[in-house]
Amino acid sequence: MLEPIPTIRLKNGLEIKLKEIHTAPLISSWVWYRVGSRDEFPGKHGISHWVEHMQFKGTERFPADVVEKAVSRAGGMWNAFTYLDWTTYLETMPADQIDLALSMEADRMKNTIYQPDEVESERSVVISERQGRENNPDFWLNEAVHNAAFRIHPYQHVIIGDKVDLENMSLEDLYGHYQNYYSPNNAVIAIAGDFDQDQMLKKITDLYQDIPQGPPPSRINRPELPQRGEIRLTVEGPGDTIMGDVVYHTPPASHPDFFPLLILDSILSGPQGLNMFGGGGISNKTSRLYNKMVESKDVVVDIQGGLPATIDPYLYSLNFIVHPSSTTQKALQVLDEEIQRMQDTPPGVDELERALKQTRALFAYGSESITNQAFWMGFSEMFASYDWVTGYLDNLGSVSPEDVQRAAQTYLLPQNRVIGIYQPSQKGNNHR
Amino acid sequence: MKTPGFSSLNIKSLPGPHDITRTELSNGIRVLVRPNFNTLSVALTGYLQAGSLYDPLDKLGLADFTASTLMRGTENHTFQEIYDRLESIGASVGVSSGSHTAGFGGKALADDLPILLDTLADVLQNPVFPKANIERVRSQLLTGLDLRAQDTGEMAGMGFDQILYRDHPYSLPSDGYTETIQAIKVKDLKAFHQSYFGPRGMVVVIVGPIQPEAALALVEQNLGSWTNPDQKEVLDVPDAPVLIETVQQHTVISDKSQSDIVLGAAGPRRSQEDFYPALLGNSILGQFGLMGRIGESVRNKAGLAYYAFSALSSSIGPGPWTVAAGVDPKNQDQAISLIIDEIKKFTSEGVSDEELEDVKSNYIGKLPLSLESNSGVAGALVNIERHGLGLDYFQKYEGMIQKISTMDILNAAKNYLDPEKLAISTAGPEI
Repeated sequence: MLEPIPTIRLKNGLEIKLKEIHTAPLISSWVWYRVGSRDEFPGKHGISHWVEHMQFKGTERFPADVVEKAVSRAGGMWNAFTYLDWTTYLETMPADQIDLALSMEADRMKNTIYQPDEVESERSVVISERQGRENNPDFWLNEAVHNAAFRIHPYQHVIIGDKVDLENMSLEDLYGHYQNYYSPNNAVIAIAGDFDQDQMLKKITDLYQDIPQGPPPSRINRPELPQRGEIRLTVEGPGDTIMGDVVYHTPPASHPDFFPLLILDSILSGPQGLNMFGGGGISNKTSRLYNKMVESKDVVVDIQGGLPATIDPYLYSLNFIVHPSSTTQKALQVLDEEIQRMQDTPPGVDELERALKQTRALFAYGSESITNQAFWMGFSEMFASYDWVTGYLDNLGSVSPEDVQRAAQTYLLPQNRVIGIYQPSQKGNNHR
Repeated sequence: MKTPGFSSLNIKSLPGPHDITRTELSNGIRVLVRPNFNTLSVALTGYLQAGSLYDPLDKLGLADFTASTLMRGTENHTFQEIYDRLESIGASVGVSSGSHTAGFGGKALADDLPILLDTLADVLQNPVFPKANIERVRSQLLTGLDLRAQDTGEMAGMGFDQILYRDHPYSLPSDGYTETIQAIKVKDLKAFHQSYFGPRGMVVVIVGPIQPEAALALVEQNLGSWTNPDQKEVLDVPDAPVLIETVQQHTVISDKSQSDIVLGAAGPRRSQEDFYPALLGNSILGQFGLMGRIGESVRNKAGLAYYAFSALSSSIGPGPWTVAAGVDPKNQDQAISLIIDEIKKFTSEGVSDEELEDVKSNYIGKLPLSLESNSGVAGALVNIERHGLGLDYFQKYEGMIQKISTMDILNAAKNYLDPEKLAISTAGPEI
């Protein structure tokens, strides 16, 4: 379904991936930087995300309001995202309007203007973004679970950062971070859509070739040590609903066990897929955990799983909402029984086939969006390579039932997990 | 630097009479099909006349509860069988209730369209509402209400509806209240289904790599013989009551970092002539670029909020025209005052020629992106059918947008937004 795409590398180190798709008069262009919340030191947590915000403040050639207006006038879409390992900027535009976006993106690799008043107004915007998240009980739980799961590795910190750091970082801090990590040799540009590949390559080369290479940015190398024993924690707050966030340490996306774990996740908690834009999901009503925990035993009202693809070992997480007439203890007991079952007996071949068919369908849905196709091309380069996407179905297909069982035996162990529970502080005092 | 103009639309590439097939079955179901052989999957969507407008007051949430339980078992299949069949092929089907209609949607690889339609037809026509499953869904709905009570945005929105739509059906939450959900019995679900789920007024849209004749034959085969002599007539909704002065209300939700603000008034119905001027005006007020004038004032200049925008929710009835923002509780009054300043300016001075040109360009330019995927096209066809816009809607679209003047927008703004008569609802910690 997806063919490999060669990487073209300019002399300054910029990597380029291009894919012609002529089904709609659209082009989606993404620039990916190898910088995320994992590259932050104490006192600077949240700086990568804040720099992403500052990148919308404009350059001398491309003032913010001019670009914003041009993208909107063309009916395009532009946005940016900061993750643990990466930061990315995208524009999806009508094909005949992409040039401005390409030029602006190249210019802001080095020339964004950081003004004191803009830093200050964005400081309060970013703090407001964090406060908005704090309004959700599961934000506090997620933050506490990450703090417990990682003591050494910078995945410990949530991407939005700590409020105290957001209050104290300076313009110089932000600009320094930008200077350190935003350079052609630390970036991948991925473009998909309605263009001619040779012409597009020439455009990109012309725009980027004179941007000087920067010193190779160093990334924090602080591997997490194995956890010694199960960690349980409670977060208290308002509401009536008990929530659980159970996480297991898992290997990185490039590790051979990652694909058995994806199948394991699919069987336990439903298919994930790799779509960021469009496609929609597939429900997880027949997954083992939903089936047992929601349907047969009524211990939770919902459960979802997630296994993000990362550079370093990260987490397989299971999030659930405890049934109002059940208890946390009962929910965890049923969860453990199901994990035990997977460790004791390999799953059926039919379950693996289903996981594969679901993934194939999700790829079909996601490939309807040119934006999503371009996303796959750059995203995978951040922790592996595009071959990881093109080989995804084959790799899943070669997983055996015993591989899945072994993954469950290796990773889904009590001493390898953190159990976080959100406990309403006044449960029972409210209207139910 | 020169701002580029928009590209002229390639009208042939947009859905239109040349590639949409529209048919009415003998039982009243209207079917629209648009083939797209560039894709591997098929999108199915549509609606029936079974929205929450038909909820009895003591059983608010009944339409939502009914829609949520249709897939919990039918005369032919158990819940497990229904989902096993769908999930094992990576397909999905869902039914959910809105205020006027209950909507449905489905997605599958193209070859599996027969399974989508068979499942949809079965859950719509033959649900059995099994007791244990009903209680399970009830727990899920009640938990949803507990979470809603902690959600500042949702609670501000509910407060807004109560202020603005006093004694109007839009004042009522379609997900109900704890006591009304607890009051609903299996026989109520069955009765609601019997009264409101039927072929009259139903619309089915299919987009994907399939010939229209084949898609129509499948719909006919699965839904063509459905009749429901008990199906009730569709209700219209009255106009919104008029506020005589601004009314402000705060819902306390303790221990929150942020307050949510929702303020505004009732907007036009989708069928009213000044809907398009209001739509473009709304974009200038709180959408265009990074959330229009409201975003510029509240987020960009004052740095008070991560999100601050306006929305026009016109539908069959007079949906609201709102501005929403999430702010630090200590900045709530300042943010409200900045928003009201923008509404004052908008309703007294209107918009500039340049602003209008910008949003016209945006509304025309964004069509290709919004119609990129099968589900995007399917959603657009549902709208065309729901509001009687005509199959040549996208061919007429550019002309319709281009003829709107700044005066049309000022008139629409004055017609619906009065800075002295706003509903203002906030939710967050005590202030």
